[in-house]
Amino acid sequence: MPMKIAGFGLLLAGWLLVLAALVLLPGGLARNAFAAAGLGVEAVGLVLAVRAHRMPDRK
Amino acid sequence: MAPRELSEIQTAVAAVCLLLAPLAAAGLTLTNAGLGRLRNAAHAMMAALCAIAAAACAYFVLGRSIQGETGAAAHVLMLGGKPWDWLGAMPLFFGGPGADLAGWIGLVGASLAALIPPGSGADRWRLAAVSVSSAILGGLTFPLFAHWTWGGGWLAQLGYRDPGGAGVIHAVGGLTGLAITWIVGPRRGKYGSGMPMAIPGHNAVFVLFGCLLSLVGWLGLNAAGSVIFGGAEAATLPRIAVNTVLSAAAAALATAAVTRYKYTKPDATLTANGWTAGLVASSAVCASVPPAAALLIGLIAGGSVTFTVELLDLRLEIDDPGGSISVHALGGLWGIVALGLFGHGNLLAQVVGVATLAGFILPFAWGVNALMNLRLRQRVAVEGEHQGMDLYELGAGAYPEVVTHDDHTRQDSID
Repeated sequence: MPMKIAGFGLLLAGWLLVLAALVLLPGGLARNAFAAAGLGVEAVGLVLAVRAHRMPDRK
Repeated sequence: MAPRELSEIQTAVAAVCLLLAPLAAAGLTLTNAGLGRLRNAAHAMMAALCAIAAAACAYFVLGRSIQGETGAAAHVLMLGGKPWDWLGAMPLFFGGPGADLAGWIGLVGASLAALIPPGSGADRWRLAAVSVSSAILGGLTFPLFAHWTWGGGWLAQLGYRDPGGAGVIHAVGGLTGLAITWIVGPRRGKYGSGMPMAIPGHNAVFVLFGCLLSLVGWLGLNAAGSVIFGGAEAATLPRIAVNTVLSAAAAALATAAVTRYKYTKPDATLTANGWTAGLVASSAVCASVPPAAALLIGLIAGGSVTFTVELLDLRLEIDDPGGSISVHALGGLWGIVALGLFGHGNLLAQVVGVATLAGFILPFAWGVNALMNLRLRQRVAVEGEHQGMDLYELGAGAYPEVVTHDDHTRQDSID
């Protein structure tokens, strides 16, 4: 369960990064790169949540 | 942002189209029931009815207020010197403008979205839990994203567009379905040792007929959404209809071809899933792309369904009997991105929409359902799964003249 919560936490954090890019950066490459980084964090969170789902079966 | 004024013709067209939309719900219900097991068929239909009823009532009480409307009362935050519209603040119980077109399509959308998770949780999700979870979806999760998209919220302010509800209805429903599969876990016996066990649907005719019914409903929903939220004129309706049909057709052919190549014969139920994925993707793009692009979008949506179903089922151990995650969540997300790629939409805004669905809606749906699971167990008891949900929860089966065996009996006969 802690791993799954961490995964969902990362998903949320990635989304907040995307929002921060929109709020703080005026536009152009920097904003797109910051938003892409947020999407990357979301991807890591999703992988973590999926792995947490599979772990009980392995045990 | 001022509210969109519709002409009398637009209002009449949208109202007539919305009358067709419940056929999409009928089609999805039949498809989900056909993809489940025989001993759970009546339960699947009953779960669909309860999901629609609970979501519609919750939307009436709270959802319409949260969804709001462009130009209506809303909670706005000032961030970075710009107003960010986060939450609708219309009166509860359909107050304010009353039962208008935006409220009607919202009611239909909430009901449709609530039909999607029962496909993922089929064969083991309790009826009471389906009802409460659907009420949360219809009263909270769906209207929140609907406000951001359809109600003039911050995503709409960014330039995000989704007139037919690929994200609002389908991705929200599909991601909630993913959360549900994680909470209720796989069906008993699905993942033991070695290869995951295939548990085929009990009625391919239901599944395929459900697809045909869905098409009619989708034509209505896509047209109505495009008029109400996109301001489409009546002259645009033929293009919306052509794009919807082409996307579904290309998707079905692509899935049939892929399954024919992979398994030597085309797979009927996967082709049905491909068809629906094409419809889902069309919801975002139907009014904004040329027919050739709709065909290509459908091809990609349908062509990928087989692979995503296999990825989820075999590798990620996500037991989704209705294929709702591949069809509705991934098909919806693809439609949103496709609008940015092919429809001269704002690609960054569309990507932010995808990021919001994955980064906020999925954790939110999981969180509220996991909390609910602490008080109201979502998964049926072991004996319920052995006996079948029809007998265990409803007291009677869908096919009383057909003898069904519970898992113990079948295991004894094998031994």
